[in-house]
Amino acid sequence: MSRMLTVFRRELASYFNTPLAYVFIIIFLFLTGIFTFYLGNFFGRGQADLKPFFSFHPWLYLFLVPAIAMRLWAEERKSGSIELLLTLPISLADAVLGKFLAAWAFTAIALACTFPMWLTVAYLGDPDHGVIVAGYLGSLLMAGGYLAIGSAVSSLSKNQVIAFVITVVVCFLFTVSGAPIVLDAFTAWAPQRVVDIVASLSFLTHFEAITNGVLDLRDIFYFVSMIGFWLFANLVLVDARKAA
Amino acid sequence: MERMIEVEGLARHFGPLVAVDDVSFSVSRGEVLGFLGPNGAGKSTTMKMITGFLAPTRGRVAVAGNDIARKALAAKAAIGYLPEGAPAYGDMTPASFLAFAARARGLGRAAARAGIERAVEQVELQAVLEQPIETLSKGYKRRVGLAQAILHDPPVLILDEPTDGLDPNQKHQVRNLILGMARDKAIIISTHILEEVGAVCSRALIIAQGRIVADGTPRELEAMSRYHNAVQIRVAAEGAEAALAGLPGVERVVALGEGAYQVFPTAGASITEAVAGHARAQGWEVEQLVVEAGRLDEVFRRMTTGEQDVPESLPAPGEEAA
Repeated sequence: MSRMLTVFRRELASYFNTPLAYVFIIIFLFLTGIFTFYLGNFFGRGQADLKPFFSFHPWLYLFLVPAIAMRLWAEERKSGSIELLLTLPISLADAVLGKFLAAWAFTAIALACTFPMWLTVAYLGDPDHGVIVAGYLGSLLMAGGYLAIGSAVSSLSKNQVIAFVITVVVCFLFTVSGAPIVLDAFTAWAPQRVVDIVASLSFLTHFEAITNGVLDLRDIFYFVSMIGFWLFANLVLVDARKAA
Repeated sequence: MERMIEVEGLARHFGPLVAVDDVSFSVSRGEVLGFLGPNGAGKSTTMKMITGFLAPTRGRVAVAGNDIARKALAAKAAIGYLPEGAPAYGDMTPASFLAFAARARGLGRAAARAGIERAVEQVELQAVLEQPIETLSKGYKRRVGLAQAILHDPPVLILDEPTDGLDPNQKHQVRNLILGMARDKAIIISTHILEEVGAVCSRALIIAQGRIVADGTPRELEAMSRYHNAVQIRVAAEGAEAALAGLPGVERVVALGEGAYQVFPTAGASITEAVAGHARAQGWEVEQLVVEAGRLDEVFRRMTTGEQDVPESLPAPGEEAA
């Protein structure tokens, strides 16, 4: 545990050692603002909630989260520091978990920086704070899902750009797997049960269920198991690919 | 002596490529073992397996009595490792990087501070402690890697080319550092600088194409040279070449020019006295007479490439680039 925290602390500090953290947070806040107020018609709707704000998160994360995740292992492999990290008396699971949690904590910090949005609706009207809390929780869980995918993919390549592009594609497929764009590839040949399973893997469906204020354990379980699965894949891939 | 590193039948394949092939050896406390070999011979791959970074295809490694596969964390805790190229986290400063390494090794606050302070002093890092590592020179980066490897005072040190990229003064300093630590540690260093072997190693392995082709003390390896007990003589006398070639125990004589000859003995023979006695008896004016211990570079070349011939014209000792 303490070794995992050591990795966690180093990783989290490294975001703030470089301009990455500040650039990311500023752009994230800028884009959430633009999307919410212009595309989401925040004021025109006449409703005191954060629906327009949260509804753009899957699409923002689709590009921003892979940008954080791409460096997690690709950079270690490129610079050779992975050899240093994995010959310290730290288990591979601690290293994978510490890195993932640091990246997740960083997105949580970025997400927390959007609190003025919450203050705004609270000032303008009388929003359902429970729904907003659920929205933040759902958003954070979804970011974790994207991050876990990105972390696993980034262990496949030394090249961060490749890691980024593949992560975006995989995340996109999971985001829209409930939509015809993905399902049409299965309906032609797969039995209905398979199609249903694919559809049920959609980030979007589960995220929207949570942001509607319905905290269904199944949605939370979905994201948690998604994170667990991809982190396990991450572990296996790092072990298999570290020397390549 | 306590065996700190035990390697048995170690092999590693990368697809069809056999990088390391059935390597066995052990290193005791107090020994400095040198890995010698051309690039791509398998030195680094062997080190990566000893330190637990790479899993071997076959064979086993034990460090301080702990099997690296089954008790990985205990084995890794006993090792200080400088990987090839001295990688580090470029955006960190040496101070924060060393603090990270100390914490990762489970050192308490006081022990970490003491260990870092000692390591920084030993490799002379004080001047750059607060600069990002990526802005440092190659020599400083290497020393950051060294400091990281020694700060927890490990019983086993594995250093992959510890002096690569250092200037001659820094090389000297790092060699002294290694010698200073040698008494109570088991150390493996890899190098392709042959003089380093004589300077710091108590034993050396020559590795070629994944196999150990020679194993001995630097003196023993030198004795495998064709130059072992060869005599170099410079005389101003007519017909010296033929006279030298006729001496008992002489295999061949090579003229070096300007009255200098390299006299090779037949294997195992000592011809110093015969040559010196002959020169005295003939009343030659001997300007120079040198007995060679052997040339490691020649042994190295012969062992790693299979080159057999001593060339016809020979550079004098010391003139050849190391």
